[in-house]
Amino acid sequence: MVDFGFGLVPSSRINLDLFDKEKYEELAAMEPDVRICMACGSCTAVCTAGKFVPTSLREAIEAIKNANPEKALQMLESCQFCGKCSMVCPRGINTRHLILSITKVYSQK
Amino acid sequence: MTPLINLLAAQAEVPEVIDRIPSGFSYFVIPFTVGIVFFLCWIGVGCVRLLRAVPRTDRLRLWKSLFIPKTAAKNIKELFCDCLFHVKIWQRKPLLGYMHSAIAFGWFMIIILGHIEVALFVPARLNVTRGGLFYPIFYRYFVWMNPGHTTLRGAFFFFLMDFFLLYILSGIALAVFKRFRSIVLGMRHTTKPSFADRVALYSLWMIFPLRLLAESFTADLSGGSFLTIPVNQFWHFLFGDKLWFMPCWWAYSICLGLFFAAMPFSRYMHILTEVLWILLRNAGIKPNHPRKGVAEAEIYACSSCGLCLDACPMNVQKKNLKFSSVYFIRFLRRHNEKKINAIADKCLMCDKCHALCPVGVDAPALRRAQRATVNNSLPYDYSYLGCPEGMVPEPIQTYSSNPEVLYFAGCMSHLTPRIIKSVEKIFKAAGVEYAFADRDGGICCGRPLMLAGKTDAAAATIAANKKMIQESGCSTLVLSCPICFKIFKEEYHLEGIKVVHYTQFINELIASGRLKVEKTDRKMVYHDPCELGRGCGVYLEPRAALSQVGTLVKASKEYDESICCGGSLGSLTLDTHDRAKISESSLDSLLVGKPETIVTACPLCLKTFSEAVSNAKYLTEPVQVKDFAEVVCEH
Repeated sequence: MVDFGFGLVPSSRINLDLFDKEKYEELAAMEPDVRICMACGSCTAVCTAGKFVPTSLREAIEAIKNANPEKALQMLESCQFCGKCSMVCPRGINTRHLILSITKVYSQK
Repeated sequence: MTPLINLLAAQAEVPEVIDRIPSGFSYFVIPFTVGIVFFLCWIGVGCVRLLRAVPRTDRLRLWKSLFIPKTAAKNIKELFCDCLFHVKIWQRKPLLGYMHSAIAFGWFMIIILGHIEVALFVPARLNVTRGGLFYPIFYRYFVWMNPGHTTLRGAFFFFLMDFFLLYILSGIALAVFKRFRSIVLGMRHTTKPSFADRVALYSLWMIFPLRLLAESFTADLSGGSFLTIPVNQFWHFLFGDKLWFMPCWWAYSICLGLFFAAMPFSRYMHILTEVLWILLRNAGIKPNHPRKGVAEAEIYACSSCGLCLDACPMNVQKKNLKFSSVYFIRFLRRHNEKKINAIADKCLMCDKCHALCPVGVDAPALRRAQRATVNNSLPYDYSYLGCPEGMVPEPIQTYSSNPEVLYFAGCMSHLTPRIIKSVEKIFKAAGVEYAFADRDGGICCGRPLMLAGKTDAAAATIAANKKMIQESGCSTLVLSCPICFKIFKEEYHLEGIKVVHYTQFINELIASGRLKVEKTDRKMVYHDPCELGRGCGVYLEPRAALSQVGTLVKASKEYDESICCGGSLGSLTLDTHDRAKISESSLDSLLVGKPETIVTACPLCLKTFSEAVSNAKYLTEPVQVKDFAEVVCEH
């Protein structure tokens, strides 16, 4: 194998084979707003819990799409549901319900 | 004098009322008796089951509350005012109040008077084994008035019975009219009756006309007054001397029986469950489950009248009417889990349905309890709140001395910093020594978590905030967000610390002369935020302060009828489009007085209205949206 001098960090490797389409559709049925997120990160910028521990709805949505729901749950478990993210979201996403729905759908084994 | 006394004495010897049917029974009473026996059994079993589902401590509290003079007096007052006279409905919709109290109070009086008559004239018949269940109801059928024996006593009851019958009939006439044109009685939307509702409703409509018919047919035998006697003469004129009156009595009995048999499954159950609910409510027992125990009494106390349909801010769109409290409670009664959850999650929790409910059903609290059954068990990790090193909000360490006032802005005020700037400016101008608890950001008050049904998680943030506040050593806590205010007031139990909203605090500063303001002729309208007005009962303070700096105009719906701005955190599933519609209707209500400025006292309302005003293309003159503190600051 040719050595290009760089390689993938194993921990950030994305494995889309593991993507659970069924669960994602279940989530989208519960809260369709998950599809309209444009990953601007406003929610993360204002997050109350984010001051203390990494909390990010943007990253959580990304993690779900990248087949890593464990990371998504971890990103949201510190959420305080204060609603600041819904106030700033430029897409008008119902963020609080989205967070609840992600937790509901992906925390059931 | 003597002949009169003699006459009275002679009359006393012959009984005034003679048992026309010595057996005291006729087959026509069977439908009624079956209905009422079924109903009494149902309600007896229901009461026992309900009270058994209530925790023991709460049950003891209920029995005790019945003997505490203050609560007992409140119970009696509310039983009369709410169950019989419907004062709450009278106050808002007089015609509707008349309709309802005519049927309820009138019927109550007829039942009571019927029993008094039996007790006075044929007391033996009150015994259950001798027909006590039905005899007083069909009293006029069973007795024969001794002709030529007309004491005032009998005539007095005849008059009262006819009077109350007429009173009820006027109420029924209004009720029938309301089915077709409810708006005349002040209701824009009415509930869709279920099947049992229909059966009970139509039999209720029929009961009183049939009673008039039945009693008028026998009025020449058993007596009558201004209503039944003329009708009786009319029947004689039509049908001749001999009247065939059995069919009327049969029909009357069947309608009564049908009504009582359908009652447990219909909205009319509230007639009796309301009594139980008032007793439980006044004993201070709160439901902790959306369906079991006290909640059951609350659910069955709902009269399904539909006043909450007109109250609900979601009624601007017809498709959202199905999410109103009345349907929520109906599905709770039917155990329809799927629909219950959908409705519970949609609500904005503005509490208007609770404020306007004539029975005082706290549907938002039931919705919260319902959300908790689903969301409370969801995982969360707030361990970071308890971490002492570097995690506690900084300002705690910077308190130089014990501050007089601690200001907690709350999450949302940080997104609308004009509120914080104005509040700080006012504090400085009035010379208030204060500490800013969350200058660099704090944690959430816990109310949004409560609203989402995550009760345990809310307790964690409450504990963290409480520690922070108690360590500050302040004597007054000032909050600028009504959402925080409500939970700090109700759930934090901060002994020795006065919790006030900044509208109250600033109003006090103005009233005591510490803050000087100048009055202008600026036309303003004040929007009552849900959590501050209905949630905490703060209506007058902000208005008092605002009238010192400008002229307040009226909104079409204000005080406890104010319409939610649509931005509420309460709703979990309402989308932006539907919310915008609500904002529009709320804005319309505020703009009827043509104000220059809309003033509100909630960061969320401020943001929502700012957007709504910029989107409203129909506005001819520009309208500003300002926060309460901002307006005070400008003057």
